[in-house]
Amino acid sequence: MNAVSAAERAPVLDLQQVSFRWRRDLPPVLTIPAFQVAAGERVFLAGPSGAGKSTLLALIAGIAIPQTGDVQVLGRSLPGLGAAARDRFRADHLGVIFQMFNLLPYLPVLDNVMLPCRFSPARRQQAVARDGSQEAQARRLLGALGLQADAMLRRPVTELSVGQQQRVAAARALMGAPDLVIADEPTSALDADRRLEFVELLAQECDASGAALLFVSHDLSLAPRFQRQVSLAEINAALPEGSV
Amino acid sequence: MTVLSLARRSLWNRRSTAALVVFSVALSVALLLGVERLRTEARESFANTLSGVDLIVGARSGPINLLLYSVFRLGDPVSNVSWESYQKLAAHPQVDWVVPLSLGDSLRGFPVIGTTTDYFEHYRYGRGEPLRLAQGERFDDVFDAVLGASVARRLGYGLGDSIVLAHGTGQVSLTQHDDKPFTVVGILAPTGTPVDNSVHISLQGMEAVHVDWRGGAPIPGLSIGADRVRNMDLTPDAVTAVLVGLTSRRAVFQVQRQINTDRSEAMMAILPGLTLQQLWDLMRVGENALLAVSALVLLVALTVMLTALLTGLNERRREMALLRALGARPWQIFALIIGESLLLSLLGAVLGVLLLQGLALGAAGWISGQLGLTISLWPPTLHELKILAALLAGGILVGLWPAWRAYRNALADGMTIRM
Ligand SMILES: Nc1ncnc2c1ncn2[C@@H]1O[C@H](COP(=O)(O)OP(=O)(O)OP(=O)(O)O)[C@@H](O)[C@H]1O
Ligand SMILES: [Mg+2]
Repeated sequence: MNAVSAAERAPVLDLQQVSFRWRRDLPPVLTIPAFQVAAGERVFLAGPSGAGKSTLLALIAGIAIPQTGDVQVLGRSLPGLGAAARDRFRADHLGVIFQMFNLLPYLPVLDNVMLPCRFSPARRQQAVARDGSQEAQARRLLGALGLQADAMLRRPVTELSVGQQQRVAAARALMGAPDLVIADEPTSALDADRRLEFVELLAQECDASGAALLFVSHDLSLAPRFQRQVSLAEINAALPEGSV
Repeated sequence: MTVLSLARRSLWNRRSTAALVVFSVALSVALLLGVERLRTEARESFANTLSGVDLIVGARSGPINLLLYSVFRLGDPVSNVSWESYQKLAAHPQVDWVVPLSLGDSLRGFPVIGTTTDYFEHYRYGRGEPLRLAQGERFDDVFDAVLGASVARRLGYGLGDSIVLAHGTGQVSLTQHDDKPFTVVGILAPTGTPVDNSVHISLQGMEAVHVDWRGGAPIPGLSIGADRVRNMDLTPDAVTAVLVGLTSRRAVFQVQRQINTDRSEAMMAILPGLTLQQLWDLMRVGENALLAVSALVLLVALTVMLTALLTGLNERRREMALLRALGARPWQIFALIIGESLLLSLLGAVLGVLLLQGLALGAAGWISGQLGLTISLWPPTLHELKILAALLAGGILVGLWPAWRAYRNALADGMTIRM
């Protein structure tokens, strides 16, 4: 992309003076003076276990709300939104990939991929506008991620390998062109070869749909595949647990 | 709707557990409705043990006592109604018909009733149904007998068989009237009333077996043969009770008062329907106990459902976190669980009703033969609909707790999928 407009250059994610604790009697897990992700940017976020990476993603998804400071996604302040509006906002603009168990075991592959469209009319419309139908988009994304065999798409998801499941989860996160994809250690259940392949495919598809990607992992070997590498310790001023 | 279709598919995925829950709810619904239906049906048929009879007249004692021996042939009468009083009653201007009953003998434990053929004319049960002869005819000769359906079936008697009555009403009768055997000339169709257990003979027959008796024992040295007895005057001195039909039902209280205050003899008249109701009320405790047990069974079924929901909650925690991440609102998570418990109880209710319906269809013949009850299940009564509504309300109530926990988890888990 060479003609980058001002709107696209505005950050898709902007954290300011954020402080968050899970419980009032515990010290803050996160104290982040500032952290941004630009539109379409692919960021690798590293940090040791328990550092608060998943917690940060919960703040970005609007599932947790910081006690102080502001989390802005696409210019909207999440703490300023009501709970219901936050849920709708997440459904409309975010794609989420977990470490594992991403799929609803009782839905076939295609239905799992189309799930975001059930909760967001905006994503449904986008999918239809781009590919003609939800299913067409689901098939395109799955195909791009290397899952095209029709028989596979109708199988129960529980029969897929872990690597296949993660690719299905990636396709689902990208469904309906979200603005930001957050992935919480999506490769930790994969073996080394599969990891690289998965990251390549995910990055490629985020590029293709214009989504920014915030990729959390402690596997530093994957870091070079990203435009920017961030260590949570760099942006988090809160003392790591057990360091007092 | 999105959540509902997800709930359905999620439930289908856990169908074996769900089926067990539905089945246990269905069983308890069937039990509760079945007991309820039998209870009302039994009460109604009990109240209709005798119908079309306006008054029962007997010697003065308690109304329930009179009802017990005249209708149910249970217990012993304290005293009799004299033949004069009987005739006076029959001649009363407001009395349409009278049927005398003379009790005291038995056939291998089954009560014997001396009466007239008017008995077959006027005795009504259920919703005014008359007695019907399944085989043979009414008694005509002094030594003819008409058996109730159960008597014939249980003792294996058929038309033309010879039977020997015993004096007294115990199972172990001391003295047999073996010098004067009776012949079975008719067998009644089943009625589900005490008539089924009765042996009917004519008043004359009853008198005939007792001509050579005095004070409850044969007169020593005096034995009058069956042939000689036919030529004697067989008008009884007294009868045990009288069934009375009036020309107008409106006169019932007036005639009752006249009989109760008759100075020539200490008699009592009762309204059978009213007294049957009083007798039923005496048995209310048992009825309520039955109902309490089936209510408890329903409670157990709801507990089974609660257990299943709570266990499922742990397995489904990641499902909930996933749905949250996809944009599901907390209330939708809440609705997912409530919807499931509602669906389970709804399915259980429907299956329970069907189960009972099937059972009733299959067993209808047997029930009406054995108990004389006609069980019809459709349409459900208002009361039964209330029970079903209470079940659904219970289902929602049971879903509340797991739903609340799922809701709390959804809020507290954040983005981490906890196992
Ligand atoms: N839902 C929660 N409720 C309470 N405390 C939590 C919750 N989630 C995380 N924490 C706490 O917050 C801290 C950060 O946890 P978090 O899961 O964000 O770490 P992480 O960097 O994602 O670790 P890992 O790499 O192991 O996934 C931990 O001390 C954890 O105990
Ligand atoms: Mg984590």
